[in-house]
Amino acid sequence: MYLPLTKKFQNITNKLAPVISVIAVILLWLVLSEGEIVPAYMLPSPFEVVKAFFSDVEILFTHAVVTVQEALYGLITGTAIGFIIAVLMDRFDFLYKAFYPLLVISQTIPTIAIAPLLVLWMGFSMAPKITLVVLTTFFPVTVSLLDGFKSADRDEINLVRSMGGNRFQVFRHVKLPAAAEQFFSGLKVSASYSVVGAVISEWLGGFEGLGVYMTRVKKAYAFDKMFAVIILISALSLLLMAFINVMRNYVLRYKKRS
Amino acid sequence: MLKLKAENVTVTYDNEPVIENINLSLEKGEIVSILGASGCGKTTFFNAVAGLRPVDEGKVYLDGEDITGKTGKVSYMLQKDLLLPHYTVIDNVSLPLVMKGEKKKEARKKAGGYFSLFGLENCEKKYPSELSGGMRQRAALMRTYLTGNDVVLLDEPFSALDTITKSAMHSWYLNIIKEIGLSTVLITHDIDEAILLSDRVYILSGVPGRITDEIKIDLPKPRNIGEVTDDGFISYKKLILGKIESTTA
Repeated sequence: MYLPLTKKFQNITNKLAPVISVIAVILLWLVLSEGEIVPAYMLPSPFEVVKAFFSDVEILFTHAVVTVQEALYGLITGTAIGFIIAVLMDRFDFLYKAFYPLLVISQTIPTIAIAPLLVLWMGFSMAPKITLVVLTTFFPVTVSLLDGFKSADRDEINLVRSMGGNRFQVFRHVKLPAAAEQFFSGLKVSASYSVVGAVISEWLGGFEGLGVYMTRVKKAYAFDKMFAVIILISALSLLLMAFINVMRNYVLRYKKRS
Repeated sequence: MLKLKAENVTVTYDNEPVIENINLSLEKGEIVSILGASGCGKTTFFNAVAGLRPVDEGKVYLDGEDITGKTGKVSYMLQKDLLLPHYTVIDNVSLPLVMKGEKKKEARKKAGGYFSLFGLENCEKKYPSELSGGMRQRAALMRTYLTGNDVVLLDEPFSALDTITKSAMHSWYLNIIKEIGLSTVLITHDIDEAILLSDRVYILSGVPGRITDEIKIDLPKPRNIGEVTDDGFISYKKLILGKIESTTA
């Protein structure tokens, strides 16, 4: 018999779908590890990973604080730089034409290749890690903002100009709001890059951070701890993205009222 | 008293004239319409008067002052209501005041006093997407009014509305402009609308667009939609249609 899908039912299925898929992956992991289909030294069981996480929770927390600091400082600086570059390139067409190809080329250089150079130049402090995060995070922000500024309605710009609005007022009231949606999409991508970027930079030199912890447990062949830290890194990225989502929903609250 | 005067206005695009030698005058409190087919340069003319597009030849005067190429001197409302979707209605309508340097709080307070006059009570904190088509147009007109200019350029402001709402908006507009003392230049390609609202009708036609006729509408005011079948109304409609046909033939 055909059952019509009510909106409420659709909402429930929409919310349940990702939960079910995550549970399915964990179940598959359980079957593969507990059933010894994959050897334990390659794929520890989820229970082992949880145990490893709690046994090292204090150390993990200390390292996580450093990684989050590097990721946040880098993300904030990268966003600020991305914003300034986007505004300048939108304002001055010759800057757009001259530097856009360079921007794209800069993103083809693999992060892993720059990280050792940065360590050589800046030492083992936080600076090379933050710089690497900045280099990986500014690009999505710049590109999304540029697209957003260019998507501003020409008539809305003319309206503000017809009221006597100057260039800054056009930017403030039309262009910036027009770019908000794209900006937050870019920022979400940058947020996920920021944590990963910080970890990669820690792999290649340093004394603290989840990347350093990772290299240590890797050398000890502690796969359960490797998995624990991987899951923690993912969780941190997800938390950061969730926070950006909250900001996005607040800034774009008018869309919910449509 | 003469409010607005366009004198031999010519605008070119890529060295080709889009409109040529446009002469138009608007008296205080008057509504004049510009009728013409799509693409004849009506909006280009408005953009030139509003200072959004450079004038290649000719001048635009407001109260005798040369305003050619200057923005912010006349109010301009486009076909789309262009309420900024990210601002509430109160922030949309107070935008011209903010643009002139008033503090946001003061601008909101000043704009708040006009909501009942424009039939928008309790809409202050709503977003444009929460308003009906007619209410959006009222909000857009209120914003246009709050620019503080007493000459408004309306570019097909009612064309997106359904017939019933459009008719209600016509009556409402005629009442409100009397109350707040606006002089209006209206672009339309609806002949009924032009006759219903206007004191005079200019016919713009050809490429480049030129004013080919000026017709004074001598029907008693206020006019309403019920009069469109009256003899006087129909004879004006025939006259205008004839003029348009003769220029496009």
